[in-house]
Amino acid sequence: MKQFLEGAVAIARTVAMCKPAVIAAYPITPQTHIVEELANLIAAKKLNAEFVNVESEHSAASCVLGASAAGVRVYSSTSSQGLLLMAEVLFNIAGMRLPVVMCCVNRAVSAPINIWNDQQDIVTVRDAGIILLFAEDIQEACDLHIQAFKIAEDKDIMLPVIVNIDGFILSHGFEPVEFPAQDLVDKFVSNYEAPYKLDVDNPMTFGPLSGPEYYLETRYAMQKTMENEVMKKIQAVADDFTKNFGRKSFGFIEKYKTDDAETIFVSMGSICGTIKESVDDLRNQGEKVGLVRVITYRPFPSKILVNSLNNAKKICVIDKSISLGLNGILFTEISAAFYSNNNGKNFPKISGYVSGLGGRDVSKEEIIDIFKQNKDVETEFLGVNKENIGSYI
Amino acid sequence: MFAKIITKPGTALNNKTGSWRTGKKPKFLHKNCTGCRSCYLLCPEGCISGSKKSYDTDYEYCKGCGICVKVCPVKDIEMIDE
Ligand code: SF4
Ligand code: SF4
Repeated sequence: MKQFLEGAVAIARTVAMCKPAVIAAYPITPQTHIVEELANLIAAKKLNAEFVNVESEHSAASCVLGASAAGVRVYSSTSSQGLLLMAEVLFNIAGMRLPVVMCCVNRAVSAPINIWNDQQDIVTVRDAGIILLFAEDIQEACDLHIQAFKIAEDKDIMLPVIVNIDGFILSHGFEPVEFPAQDLVDKFVSNYEAPYKLDVDNPMTFGPLSGPEYYLETRYAMQKTMENEVMKKIQAVADDFTKNFGRKSFGFIEKYKTDDAETIFVSMGSICGTIKESVDDLRNQGEKVGLVRVITYRPFPSKILVNSLNNAKKICVIDKSISLGLNGILFTEISAAFYSNNNGKNFPKISGYVSGLGGRDVSKEEIIDIFKQNKDVETEFLGVNKENIGSYI
Repeated sequence: MFAKIITKPGTALNNKTGSWRTGKKPKFLHKNCTGCRSCYLLCPEGCISGSKKSYDTDYEYCKGCGICVKVCPVKDIEMIDE
């Protein structure tokens, strides 16, 4: 049945259907509505879980780390500064191979303080060993949450998953959302049985000191898990989801009108909705344009991306984050993917655009303009207002 | 794929750490000991054992920090070269 719901509420109700046993989170805009609704569901006895109130995101992450180590399904969500405060613990969660599932409601990072959307927060922890998924709309955010538990808790994977949604655009926007039947979710996300857990009758230490003779292999094992098990599982789970829930889930990427496209946009998150409309407009004008939307950002599906983009003449990567002093994050990684897969030869021209930082609106006209101008650029900022620069006051 | 990220209790019994000592170690003289147990209680390694008026350290774990020497009220422990 479809319900017209706010994104955060829809996500919270989806998470409740996955029955986590422990939830810990600290309020931060624009994430707060997710845990607020989860707290409501627990208070109304519609979800049998422990909600732990904490005094910071560092503690929230530590709390779900501990609960996950004790062998139960856990959930948390955060945003921006909160994610940065969690950063230390997130590396611990991944390194201890604990299947924590979280939502990051993507928001700009201070300073200056800004509560609006871009994707700078999550890319700061992209190297932690977390599986990172990006939703385009609210329905997909819900669907990815259901899949996240199945991927994270797979006995051969045991890595955290963060589902990313654009702050306000998806967290506070309203959309009709299809909710699956509870028994369908129960079957898809079966009860979690931890392969290892803290147990007084069988004591173990998680994350102990690991000297030079052991540490390197912990990272080797995580990398191999990302390359092999996670790469296999993500597509399998998406296909399984499509079959069971009757709604398409793409897995790694979505290709939109790319078959004969000579110019292909690449981006991730809700901006892809705007890009799709721009593609439609350009197609109406007879232009051969398409979009490749990155859904799985870690592990980065390099080969899949290169295969889907290789026949284009021009690729325009639109980033909502930047490595200051280098380029937009996706731009760098797509370029690297082409270089390593094609030996640096014969690949399309790639241009990089940085857009929407701190919630700056990105319009269809701007996207169409990127196509029309057909520039060769690495780090072109969209919509820079000259009046805002030049003086520090 | 997994690597060693979890340890079982008792690993300290297998991993002797006394070799970390650099140069000096405590010697228990067993002359004036009053059995006050200060050394036993304050050794950060927890490697001093004994009873009544006789205590000794376990050189397989002692780090040679000298705290026992410092706290012994009757100077019944002294630092010696390895
Ligand atoms: S030297 Fe330090 S470690 Fe060794 S027995 Fe004395 S207090 Fe313990
Ligand atoms: S501190 Fe000195 S007197 Fe006290 S128990 Fe140890 S050796 Fe004996």
